[in-house]
Amino acid sequence: MAQKLEYLKETASQTAGPYVHIGLAPGAAGFDIYREELGHDITGPNAEGERIRVEGVVTDGMGAPIKDVLLEVWQANAQGHYAHPEGGGAVEEGFRGWGRVITDFDTGVWAFETVKPGASKGRGGALQAPHLNLWLVARGINIGLNTRMYFADEATANAADPVLTLIEWEHRRATLIAARIDGGPLPVYRFDIRLQGEDETVFFDI
Amino acid sequence: MKNTGDYYQRDRSLQPPALTPGYKTSVARSPRYALISLENTVSEITGPRFGHSDIDAGDNDLLSNYAKPGESPIGERIILHGRVLDENAKPVPNTLIEIWQANAGGRYRHKKDTYLAPIDPNFGGCGRTLTDETGHYAFRTVKPGAYPWRNMVNNWRPAHIHVSVFGSGFLQRLITQCYFEGDPLIPICPIVQTIPDAQAIDQLTAKLDLNATVPLDSIAYKFDIILRGRRSTMFENRMEGN
Repeated sequence: MAQKLEYLKETASQTAGPYVHIGLAPGAAGFDIYREELGHDITGPNAEGERIRVEGVVTDGMGAPIKDVLLEVWQANAQGHYAHPEGGGAVEEGFRGWGRVITDFDTGVWAFETVKPGASKGRGGALQAPHLNLWLVARGINIGLNTRMYFADEATANAADPVLTLIEWEHRRATLIAARIDGGPLPVYRFDIRLQGEDETVFFDI
Repeated sequence: MKNTGDYYQRDRSLQPPALTPGYKTSVARSPRYALISLENTVSEITGPRFGHSDIDAGDNDLLSNYAKPGESPIGERIILHGRVLDENAKPVPNTLIEIWQANAGGRYRHKKDTYLAPIDPNFGGCGRTLTDETGHYAFRTVKPGAYPWRNMVNNWRPAHIHVSVFGSGFLQRLITQCYFEGDPLIPICPIVQTIPDAQAIDQLTAKLDLNATVPLDSIAYKFDIILRGRRSTMFENRMEGN
């Protein structure tokens, strides 16, 4: 008799639904319950590097902003190290590199402040250009969508990035690059995410 | 042996596709181009870590974490417990689980929920906890009620608890829903039916667990969560990070 392979199967995903805030950001649902909600402070107080603001909207196939989307950001510090045992090196005390972001319920605009990440080590020792890893969930999204945000002012690093260059259609690479806007209290990177359309954002099966 | 290899590729045939017209909201919210497949890099195999300083001991008791002193929510008192394992059946310890749900009447404490069932003054509807060293977690709560929703005119969600898990890498990040054994609404729910595989649906259905009840107090359901597995490094002739 043939031997059996005894692997378990990954639990299936389900949509986060319209009320995801109750579980992950109850203040936004309209009530306080926890001592502290998680994900508001991405960098902690000791992070080195350039302080930046990232903002955008997520639009649906009608071109309308999605007002109930929740995003999580995962990033390296300015040295390109993630706060994890396999993250490539030490990080500043209090640096988590993870944040949870919700939209304004009226406009769909979301924003967060952080530090600009450094280049991190990729596969085979190739450097990955500085980037943020983003994960989106919302009503109507059956399984969380993974994407990356790169920085427009890192053109040289972007041109050599092993993930960006993996995207066969060069014009689609531009959907992952945030424009830099100077002049405010912090440099702003604008990153709009489009779920459908000709300029649909590139999403990854990671 | 310490596992340092790549995570297993996700089996998409057991996961809901993005476009599922029976669940109407997915039509405008589903990417149409193919996902770009990535080999694991440090950006995906790492992920946030949480500890006991992030949460409080009572955060996993929805019977008391929002109730006024001496009062408790209305409804069937339940214990929801289980383990977080990976596909190799290895426990995932110290990982954050967050849940949210409607009250026993099927109403969420959310400013956007306008269903006519009443808000329960003693029920917030959210909880969180960390798995222990063996991957176990437990919550106390009330069994949520079924409720109608605007998809077809007469769609009802089965009783369910939303569950969010981190795992140890960003590519294990999961949000799902826990259903309850025996609920006749499960097979006709358009959101459940986004999942193309009957066994995968069954895996989302918590089983009655009489052995875990508290007699004369709470009934129990068991819900195990499986995250993606990871190859062990069977051969050492590859460079680290290959």
